[in-house]
Amino acid sequence: MQSSTIPIWFFIGVLLTIYGALILGYGIFEFMTGHYANVELVHYHAPIWWGAVLLALGLFYDFKFRPTAK
Amino acid sequence: MIPLLTTAAAHSAASLALFFQPSTSLAHLSTIDVLVIAVYFAMVLWIGFYLKQQANTSEEFFMAGREMTAWIAGLSFVSANLGSLELMGWAGSAYQYGILAAHWYWIGAIPAMLFLGLIMMPFYYVSKTHSVPGYLKLRFGESSRVLAAVSFGFMTILMSGVNMFAMAVVMKVVLGWDITFSILVSSLAVALYVTLGGLRSAIFNEVLQFVLIWAGALLVPILGMIQVGGWHNLQTKILLNYHNQDYTHMWRGMGHFADNPMGIHWTGIVFGLGFVISFGYWTTDFLVVQRVLAANSLRSAQMAPIIASVFKMAVPFIVILPGLLGLVLLTNSDGSIMHLVGENAMGPGLHSYNEVLPLLMVRYCGPGLLGLGITALIAGFMSGMAGNVSAFSAVWTYDIYQPHIKKNATDKHLVVVGRWATILGVLVSIGTAYLVMHAQGIMDYVQALFSFFIAPLLGTILAGMFWKRATSAGGFWGLLAGTVTSVSLYAWVKLEPSALSKVAFSPNAKDMAENMYRALWSFVVCVSVTFIVSMMTKPKSLAELSGLVYGQTPIPNEGPVPLYKNHWFWASIVIVVFFILNIIFW
Repeated sequence: MQSSTIPIWFFIGVLLTIYGALILGYGIFEFMTGHYANVELVHYHAPIWWGAVLLALGLFYDFKFRPTAK
Repeated sequence: MIPLLTTAAAHSAASLALFFQPSTSLAHLSTIDVLVIAVYFAMVLWIGFYLKQQANTSEEFFMAGREMTAWIAGLSFVSANLGSLELMGWAGSAYQYGILAAHWYWIGAIPAMLFLGLIMMPFYYVSKTHSVPGYLKLRFGESSRVLAAVSFGFMTILMSGVNMFAMAVVMKVVLGWDITFSILVSSLAVALYVTLGGLRSAIFNEVLQFVLIWAGALLVPILGMIQVGGWHNLQTKILLNYHNQDYTHMWRGMGHFADNPMGIHWTGIVFGLGFVISFGYWTTDFLVVQRVLAANSLRSAQMAPIIASVFKMAVPFIVILPGLLGLVLLTNSDGSIMHLVGENAMGPGLHSYNEVLPLLMVRYCGPGLLGLGITALIAGFMSGMAGNVSAFSAVWTYDIYQPHIKKNATDKHLVVVGRWATILGVLVSIGTAYLVMHAQGIMDYVQALFSFFIAPLLGTILAGMFWKRATSAGGFWGLLAGTVTSVSLYAWVKLEPSALSKVAFSPNAKDMAENMYRALWSFVVCVSVTFIVSMMTKPKSLAELSGLVYGQTPIPNEGPVPLYKNHWFWASIVIVVFFILNIIFW
């Protein structure tokens, strides 16, 4: 079985998925432990929602543009 | 693939961490930040190796097989221009000049991009040229091609060096990384993936980098606007802190050179930037045009710049807005407003204009997000550099090597030459990076470069495309005279600063104004000389101009399409939004 060309959008999906998981994971860790980074507006929990947005976008692109066998 | 990738990334992160030993810097990277950066490098190299199998012929290596969709070509088109200069330099310019810097994104880009897509693209595409100098060869002959190719190669390498310098400085300032280390790691990655996969690899990575730039940089203006309390509060606070200057209106202070922070008149913005420099860059600079030439059809080639223009209009949100936010949000440890300074005024405890974006990133981004922001800057640098070296490689191979060094080169040989030209381009860029460190300001320097080569090239291309009577001799001498004019004016002002009042028509004119008017002079001289020489020499026959000149080029009819696929429809929407934005921020 020969695999077809991987579209650029799939590469983007993989990257966003990894970044989303890393950043969301760190945000949850911060939230659970209360060890917040020394930055402004920390109470907005940017790593959680920004990480979630990246993860959702990444998973969407992974699924939508996944390489399929010819 | 994902488990393999993350394993490789974790290994790279551990290796890279050995090199990261910051001394005095704005921020320190955590393990997760290093991991984010390492994943990015693993991804771009994965793309390069994956696409190597699709870069075997010269058409595949230099033109990406002309298989790109409108979206990919369009995003690549705008991303190739979105180097770290854009992110850092223009955020710094917005801090220095206010919202006037947004002119470079709107009037300085949008009309020209639409003109390229709607009017000029058919000529480039139908002629099947491999490069802009290649078009000049078809229209004006070999001498014009050589002049354009050599000047383009020179400019491209300088631009690449400027980009590299910008990236290395931000890494040094933000993270304390050694400049040489930053330059070597990033440039070698670019060299590897462009050498392997050619233009297709460069384009794929540019699209990836475009998404990454937004993912990494968008959070700063969002959080900044939340903290400052919205646009009107931002305007009020800027007025309170800097009551002598108008930083938040684009046209209101353009009536006189002395009424705005940039020291420029609206004629300079409209005609110098909005016409000569903008049209010169977006329609004749092969760095960006190459991306559109790789489109899979004329319709895609026409849609690509229009798609790009939509994203270009949005870029000020991640570049200009942070610069304005920096005016009110950046404070010293005692709570007073921090005042950033020019590169020449740097001293202990001071930060330069170009550091405004990194300073804001450090302000809002904790572990992971900071790594993403830094990766966005690195991605910006790499997309800009990949654009430069892939365009340099194509022009060197097609316009200098093949016609003048080895005329009977096989296709396989040209691909090998292209790969070596890519490596050579990177190496020369590295050397250039150290030269540009002594330039006064990054953006001023780049503007000067644009006016040297881009402005006269616009005159020559427009004369060639829209005037049948333009002759080969007219094209060559016009291009040469325009370039010499530009360099001469630059040298004149450098040697005798008071000459600025003559070049830019006002004693209150500043550097940016000088660049605009120098470009204008250069264009006028180019067109005038082209006209005079053409009228004195014999023109080509109409048959020879087929496919090259307006009125002599049958545009392929690709059949009727629904409204939502019509490029004129989308261009109309873009131009309406363009006017609305200018009115809102008038």
